[in-house]
Amino acid sequence: MRYLLLISADEQTAEPAMAGPDAGSFDEWYADLERRGVLEAHVGLHGSHTATTVRVREGEVLLTDGPFTEGREQVGGLALITCRDLDEAVEIAAGHPATAVGQVEIRPVRA
Amino acid sequence: MDVEGVLDRAFRDDWARIVATLIGALGDWDLAEECAQEAFTAALPAWRRDGIPDSPRAWLTTTARHRAVDRIRRARVGAAKQRALAAEETVDLAVNLDALDSGIADERLRLIYTCCHPALSVQSRVTLALRTLCGLSTAEIARAFLVGEATMAKRLVRTRQKIALAGIPYRVPPAHLLPERTGAVLAVVYLMFHEGYAATAGPALIRSDLCAHAVGLARMVAELMPDHPEATGLHALLLLQHARRGARTTADGTLVPLDEQDRSRWDHAAIAEGVTAIRRAVRRERVGPYQLQALIAASHATARTAADTNWARIADLYDRLLPLVPSSTVRLNRVIAIAMRDGPQAGLDLLDAASDPDPPDPANDQPAGERTAGQRTGDERTGDGRTGDERTADDHPLLSATRADLLRRLGRDAEAAEQYRAALARTANQAERGYLTRRLAELGV
Repeated sequence: MRYLLLISADEQTAEPAMAGPDAGSFDEWYADLERRGVLEAHVGLHGSHTATTVRVREGEVLLTDGPFTEGREQVGGLALITCRDLDEAVEIAAGHPATAVGQVEIRPVRA
Repeated sequence: MDVEGVLDRAFRDDWARIVATLIGALGDWDLAEECAQEAFTAALPAWRRDGIPDSPRAWLTTTARHRAVDRIRRARVGAAKQRALAAEETVDLAVNLDALDSGIADERLRLIYTCCHPALSVQSRVTLALRTLCGLSTAEIARAFLVGEATMAKRLVRTRQKIALAGIPYRVPPAHLLPERTGAVLAVVYLMFHEGYAATAGPALIRSDLCAHAVGLARMVAELMPDHPEATGLHALLLLQHARRGARTTADGTLVPLDEQDRSRWDHAAIAEGVTAIRRAVRRERVGPYQLQALIAASHATARTAADTNWARIADLYDRLLPLVPSSTVRLNRVIAIAMRDGPQAGLDLLDAASDPDPPDPANDQPAGERTAGQRTGDERTGDGRTGDERTADDHPLLSATRADLLRRLGRDAEAAEQYRAALARTANQAERGYLTRRLAELGV
């Protein structure tokens, strides 16, 4: 099964919190993914204030400065994994330090 | 036994096993359920004509298989290719099904754990369990939950889609996940029972039916998990609660308090079964919340009269339950038991002492319940911490009613009336309101 992990958190507070003692280590998480051999791609994103959102309405390209959803919780990283099943995907997601302050959404990828 | 009787029994005992076998072989839940349904439908005329087979389950399983083979053949293969491929495919599928039949118990367990996977919403788990494990039709489930059949069908389709597309594994979870997942299974069974028991909505008959299905599912789970005393405890608890169904309401649907119930109308065979089950469970010495609640229910069920109730024992059991399920409902029920043991003033003192904010109450949507002497008995309300209410004790709908009952017993009628009114302002449940209104009228304040 292929899954996209959408890693999100409150941008204002995520970084200091993820560096705190309660959060797991990103390096350990990444090493675990490599050990499992499940990682296809992983990217971290710049903050949502750098986002540009594009819509086309009646042939006109409309740009918005900012992300497509308002709110403090924003996607900060993506990981594409191939693993056995949802249980393993949950295990992998739960190891990401962002889960201590934010969340990881697991989306199955269309074949 | 006549044909209908044998068929009813087979449906109760073998539905889940047949569906589990088919799902294991086909990997298609919808197809498995439909073919099982067709086999049961075909059984009635066939058995009337040819007699009841030696093994109804084998007959039903074989018939369901043949239906599945037919359907797959018709669906997969165009008319031109059909003849060429049919033989080959039939053989493959038959082999597959035979192989899977050997691990029958495991098949059902896999199905149970998959239906109760925590990646599904609680409602999805309950409805899927009713369809797949208990064999209710989509129409029956829709009626029980007061939604249209099309809506319920869509929900079930989406749930099955999630299982398939999200890759929810069809298996018994590995050891490190097992305790948590087993807890989730028991919670689904409990919630299914509770859905019927609470009678917050829906025709009474259908709701009682839900309870009966939940008891059946609890029995299956307990049988499949003999090393898990909480599974046996849950089965015992549901047997004991369901045993009172004949006495819980009057003909017009008003709740009858536990101490006023006609105990001769309780199902004493079910009580005996429940008591035996809970005794067997606690011998394993791993007592958990369901076992404690079953012990409480057993104390009530085995009291010859309301006055014979062993409140000292019930209070002790609540003392043990509270640290495991620190909900405001359990807290309140403990107060009630202590008030029955030590007198109403002791109960009031405890309530006053505990006016601090409480942890979240996991047992929010509790049964409308029965009471003794105007008291909550507590044995009706249970919870395993999974229903996720955020209410605190101060806000608990039962708090005012409990306080009112204690004040009334102390003869402080004016204060009691005030609390009954406060309780009335908080509940929309008709059976509850009936009880509170009656108490208020009796005070005459």
